Amino acid sequence: MAQTIPAGQKWWSGGKSPFNVEYGKLMMWYFLMSDAFTFGAFLISYGSIRFATNGWPDPNEVFRAFPGMGGLHLPLVFVSLMTFILIMSSVTMVLAVAAGHQNDQKAVTKWMILTIIGGIAFLSCQAWEWTHLHGEGAWWGRNPFINADGSKATTNFTNFFFTITGFHGFHVFSGVIINIIMLIKNLRGDFAKRGHYLMIEKAGLYWHFVDLVWVFVFTCFYLL
Amino acid sequence: MSTTQTAGSHHHEPEFSTKPIWRTFWILLGITLVELVLATIHLKTGFPPKLVLNGMYLILTCAKAFYIIAEFMHLRHELKNLIMTIGLAALLFVWFIIAFLWDGGSFKELRNRYDRHHYEMSKEKAPNPEGEHEPAAKKPGSAE
Repeated sequence: MAQTIPAGQKWWSGGKSPFNVEYGKLMMWYFLMSDAFTFGAFLISYGSIRFATNGWPDPNEVFRAFPGMGGLHLPLVFVSLMTFILIMSSVTMVLAVAAGHQNDQKAVTKWMILTIIGGIAFLSCQAWEWTHLHGEGAWWGRNPFINADGSKATTNFTNFFFTITGFHGFHVFSGVIINIIMLIKNLRGDFAKRGHYLMIEKAGLYWHFVDLVWVFVFTCFYLL
Repeated sequence: MSTTQTAGSHHHEPEFSTKPIWRTFWILLGITLVELVLATIHLKTGFPPKLVLNGMYLILTCAKAFYIIAEFMHLRHELKNLIMTIGLAALLFVWFIIAFLWDGGSFKELRNRYDRHHYEMSKEKAPNPEGEHEPAAKKPGSAE
């Protein structure tokens, strides 16, 4: 399970790194906690408003399109594909970190490229979803869908959807940029020169966080 | 499973196995598929009831989150204190979420009970009684 260390180890008396991790890695964890609270605040506000509202659109009715399938109703299929793409890119990221532990520069390159492709694929899917919904008349302040019980829906639905998925998409985008920078640094041999691939690990933490947030966004908007 | 931390000069360290990574992937995929199957069954037959269904989604989502954090982000293999730092804050946050959702539900109940007008207004049907939104391509002139 957790790391085993000799008993009586003094972690805060100086001379060693508390928690036995590198400073940058610990700070990345702290940053991810703060970002988790921000996303959490958004999702909680969404949840509170939704729970306080009498009628709400049925996600199975709203999110049922698939690119290239015309008007065929495929509820949840497209968003499942997006989830699968993001989880796959998380796997390739972990494999990149693993390759870094073995100082295998070539393998790190391979896995980072796959991760970047996965991230771009996800962003493309999200862009398609947004374009499609916009084409149906949805946008901030405009909600063409009606509630599951037939009553007129509030614009809260689309406002929250676009804001939260947009905020998440922005994180995916910045994650892709960071991954590209990591790839370039790796190709230039910066990590091989240093002797460790810790930066890849930190970028990996950020990428997994992005995946984690998507898991919750997917659940809140599409399943619940 | 302990991980050896070296500066990269060792050549006889145990082979870093990627098995746990793929195992976690299959678990995550499996859980997602279970969620989708549940959603489809509920869509077709109405079973299980929405409340039970939501509870199951939440448990499965937490399971996914646990695996991503523990294995992909490697937290399971860090020092206990670091695990606690993250875990304790996260647990308190989970309660935060539950409390606010509960509060939202309570607000709805109270408002429906004491604001008759609001309750009746929310029962009014939307102008388009067909129930479904029309894709833009099919009926260009439909009401938005």
